[in-house]
Amino acid sequence: MTASQWIGRVVRPAVIVGGILPALYLALGVLEITTIDLGANPAEKLEHFTGTTTLVLLLLSLAITPLRRLSGINPLIRLRKPLGLWAFAYALMHMSCYLVFDQSLLWGEIYYDIIKRPYITVGFAAFLILLALALTSSAWAIRKLGKRWNSLHRLVYLAAALGVFHYLWLVKLDTSTPVVFALVLVVLLWLRRERRPPPELARDPVVSAP
Amino acid sequence: MLIRRPPDIRTAEITDERHYLSRREWLVAAGLTAAAITPERLAAATGRLVQGADDKPTSYKDITTYNNFYEFGTDKSDPAENAHTLRPRPWSVMVEGDVKKPGRYDLDVLLKGLPVVDRTYRHRCVEAWSMVIPWNGIQLRDLVNRLEPGPKAKYVEFHTLYDVQQMPMQRSNIMPWPYVEGLRLDEARHPLTLLATGIYGKSLLNQNGAPLRLVVPWKYGFKGGKSIVKIRFVEQQPRNSWQLLAPDEYGFFANVNPAVDHPRWSQARERRIGDFLKRPTLPFNGYAAEVASMYAGMDPRTLY
Repeated sequence: MTASQWIGRVVRPAVIVGGILPALYLALGVLEITTIDLGANPAEKLEHFTGTTTLVLLLLSLAITPLRRLSGINPLIRLRKPLGLWAFAYALMHMSCYLVFDQSLLWGEIYYDIIKRPYITVGFAAFLILLALALTSSAWAIRKLGKRWNSLHRLVYLAAALGVFHYLWLVKLDTSTPVVFALVLVVLLWLRRERRPPPELARDPVVSAP
Repeated sequence: MLIRRPPDIRTAEITDERHYLSRREWLVAAGLTAAAITPERLAAATGRLVQGADDKPTSYKDITTYNNFYEFGTDKSDPAENAHTLRPRPWSVMVEGDVKKPGRYDLDVLLKGLPVVDRTYRHRCVEAWSMVIPWNGIQLRDLVNRLEPGPKAKYVEFHTLYDVQQMPMQRSNIMPWPYVEGLRLDEARHPLTLLATGIYGKSLLNQNGAPLRLVVPWKYGFKGGKSIVKIRFVEQQPRNSWQLLAPDEYGFFANVNPAVDHPRWSQARERRIGDFLKRPTLPFNGYAAEVASMYAGMDPRTLY
């Protein structure tokens, strides 16, 4: 099997189906039908676990392009969309946990929380970005939006950065895990630095001076 | 005549065989999950979704596996996993400051003869979760009276053990060690204030602050210093650890107050361990009738 066939027939279906596994783990834990135990505070566990899963999937989707360029295996690109869509699915679960378990669907409180608390504000902004990206992920939307699709979907970096800040600001003391996420994000962005076009000559004051 | 007409389904709309197959895997997985969901299990799960209005004691398992005790790690499950390195006996307690009977006491000698009481208290963490814990211990007032504080003793300070052999996380500098907490003398003498030595009639487990911990039920949980090795009677208000670390987020009094938010989250509601949904938090954690008079004339907004 060629790399392309391998990715198309095995890896991609595995990502599409495997994305359900973290949710399945949580569902089994809530129903208490296996030895999976979500601990004394399952609501908090659901919220934290769906949040970190979102970040992991988001960073994985961002790792595809650098990985593709480093390895030369172009079909890897086909993994980006399922990873991104699963990231959104977990963001949606994370948001639902927050709305129901933390805020009991008290909309006034939720509005206040979003405008008052910076870590909620950035988390909410990241969610809105992921929502917009998920809604425009279809082939039809890509065709329809043309070049604007690329600009829009570049917001995924902003979403990832906001997500990492959201995590960093909410921990009480031990920032080691969110710092790891931040480092991975920085490395991924650093790997893309060469993609940026070189500075234009016209911007150089020495050259542009009359 | 052969009439060419477009097919009913465009080729692009036909499900790719790969997806068709993976859809079948999905259905199998979904079927297995659905088969596992029995009415009883669903009822149990939804039952936990509905908040209880009661104050049923939290299970011993939850009380002893969900702990904040940073000397053993910052995850809630860390203390239960790591606290075995603590040796709660023999244990001595240093008594210092303006007090008639200072000195180093063996714990059993220090508490000997003081009446042991059973008290089931609500326990409200500053992180907006709560438990109901059946404590056993002595009233702190009995010990304070035994030690006879002098006229300059306005506050009582409690120090947690500082020993990196027994408390490995103290090698890291995430907090200033040792952990220090304090009370005003009248708070220390309040009949609700306990020095706990047990839970559910069993000796305190290490992760709960063995062998001796402070319990002040109308204050946030961090006021309850654990594994206490030093009690000081002092004139100045003690600088407690969390206040040192983040003075805008944690104060000295730390009275439970649903009207004063933590800068990063609301304190209006709390999640009782075992529930999914939150319930309203009560002023002074429901002990206002007993303790509110101690703070008469003070601005409650400054008592966080």
